Amino acid sequence: MAAPTAGLAGGAAGWVRALIGRLKTGDAAAHTAAAMFAAIIPVATVLLVTELWNRSALARHKFGFSFFTGQVWDPIAGQFGALPFIYGTVITSLVALLIAVPLGLGAAIFLAEMAPPRISDALTFVIELLAAVPSVIFGLLGIFVLVPFMREVAQPFLMKTLGYLPLFSGPNYGVGVLTASVVLAIMLLPFIVSISREALLAVPRDQREAALAVGSTRWEAVSKVVVPYARLGIISSVFLALARALGETMAVTMVIGNNPKISASLLAPGYSIASVIANEFTEATDDLHLSALIELGLVLFLLTIVFNGLARLMVLATTRRGTAHP
Amino acid sequence: MIWRKLVNFVMLGVTALCTLLTVSVLFFILGYLLFHGGRALSWDFFTKLPTPVGESGGGMANAIVGTGKLLLITVLIGVPIGFLGGVYLSEFGGKTFPFFVRYMTDLLNGVPSIVIGIFAYALVVMPMKHFSALAGGVALSIMVIPITIRSTEQFLRAVPDSLREGALALGASQWKTIATVVIPAGMRGILTGTILGVARVAGETAPLLFTAFSNRYWSPGLNQPTASLPVMVYTYAVAPYEDWHRQAWAAGLVLLALMLAANIAARVVISPKGAPSA
Repeated sequence: MAAPTAGLAGGAAGWVRALIGRLKTGDAAAHTAAAMFAAIIPVATVLLVTELWNRSALARHKFGFSFFTGQVWDPIAGQFGALPFIYGTVITSLVALLIAVPLGLGAAIFLAEMAPPRISDALTFVIELLAAVPSVIFGLLGIFVLVPFMREVAQPFLMKTLGYLPLFSGPNYGVGVLTASVVLAIMLLPFIVSISREALLAVPRDQREAALAVGSTRWEAVSKVVVPYARLGIISSVFLALARALGETMAVTMVIGNNPKISASLLAPGYSIASVIANEFTEATDDLHLSALIELGLVLFLLTIVFNGLARLMVLATTRRGTAHP
Repeated sequence: MIWRKLVNFVMLGVTALCTLLTVSVLFFILGYLLFHGGRALSWDFFTKLPTPVGESGGGMANAIVGTGKLLLITVLIGVPIGFLGGVYLSEFGGKTFPFFVRYMTDLLNGVPSIVIGIFAYALVVMPMKHFSALAGGVALSIMVIPITIRSTEQFLRAVPDSLREGALALGASQWKTIATVVIPAGMRGILTGTILGVARVAGETAPLLFTAFSNRYWSPGLNQPTASLPVMVYTYAVAPYEDWHRQAWAAGLVLLALMLAANIAARVVISPKGAPSA
């Protein structure tokens, strides 16, 4: 491209002629137009980050790091500490994973290893349909089915049997961290099942056959050979699910109890980052409140980026390994 | 040996149980909504406005039209951007820029919907100084772009190169090849992906809460706050009125029915093998 000075004019004329020639066929125009549409995506993403950053400036400057350690969220007094929300988001997501991962992995093992292919495909289709159910519907069933069930059956039982642990010491309102975790777990299941199943199906057949040939049972082949072989794919499904759980808004908001307190008990009402944004954003009248909520959005954004990135690295690692040993 | 066989039997049984549990959740949701929503659903639901608190009856006609309006904006703004971006990634492009675009697409795809809501609020609501259907549509568009771009790229890449070469060998220019050969060949898959994407954002509530907001009346044009089915399900479900809960069930049933219909149509009818026919 760097034409010498002497030939600059000629070079430019030639370049223009070439451009006109390409424009005649329309290729350059089509290329440019498509590239411009593609460029909208990075522009939008960068704009998203800068908007979050700039519009949270007020809260960032006023509170600095104490925003993350403060436990008082009082919009009237202008006091904003995000710790209860961060805690609520992290604890609901982790408990949800504790429930969803064993269940999802079990289902994935059954679908990949046990079920005949046609049944497996049909069941996987049904499970993937579950992923299409809007989160507000999970919230709706959460409020009217799960909350009464937790209040009248599950939580009294937990308090009676495990009540000596601070985790299950009550109070028993039905709404709370545990209920939110259960709803989240159900919402995460389809992701864990379908990605783990893919990872298990990608394990070469000889691995299974070798394990069976040396006399292991089906279960031993699965648990000692197939699952360890597919572990990166499985772990990436867990990270993807975690990223989704952190950002989930409606279903959590409807059942978590919306109380900005850190409590040792899983049965107590809590609050999550996404929920407080959903509940207070339209009511935030002063700039500091709004900017604190936007800073929470920024925190949520960064958290999900980290876990999505980890999941992506895992996938990358799996494909690399796959090509190294075909 | 007996012990090992027992463990084998029990554990495999447990995995079957896990599957049963997971699959039954969908049927439970479906059954529950059909039961409660079906009882609350009536012709009025589709034709009437919400009634004031305390007056029973009424419907959610405005929310149904509102959701339609929001999806129309999504299809007009978000889908073309995603589609052409996907064409670019698959058919044009060099090395660094497409990588960058793909990376950013993944980033955008992972952003929680509530954060997209904040973004659309800053982008549209703040300058306009009021909630509007347009702001909600922009929020949903931003959500649908990564889905559309990914599925377009994926299905265009699945079109065999021999088709492209054949068209080019006959003297067609590159864009003509793309427009008349490559895109039609990948169309079924792209359509499937787009329908699934639009269906996914159709059920989103969080990004609409402070963009499209809500409205108890008709909202003319695109410049007014607009009711939508998902937001109505939310407000009616958390409200303390018995009658509103019934309406929430009905709205939930309509929403779920739309969603499942779109999903099943996209996966079973339009693309039986989940891949484009070349």
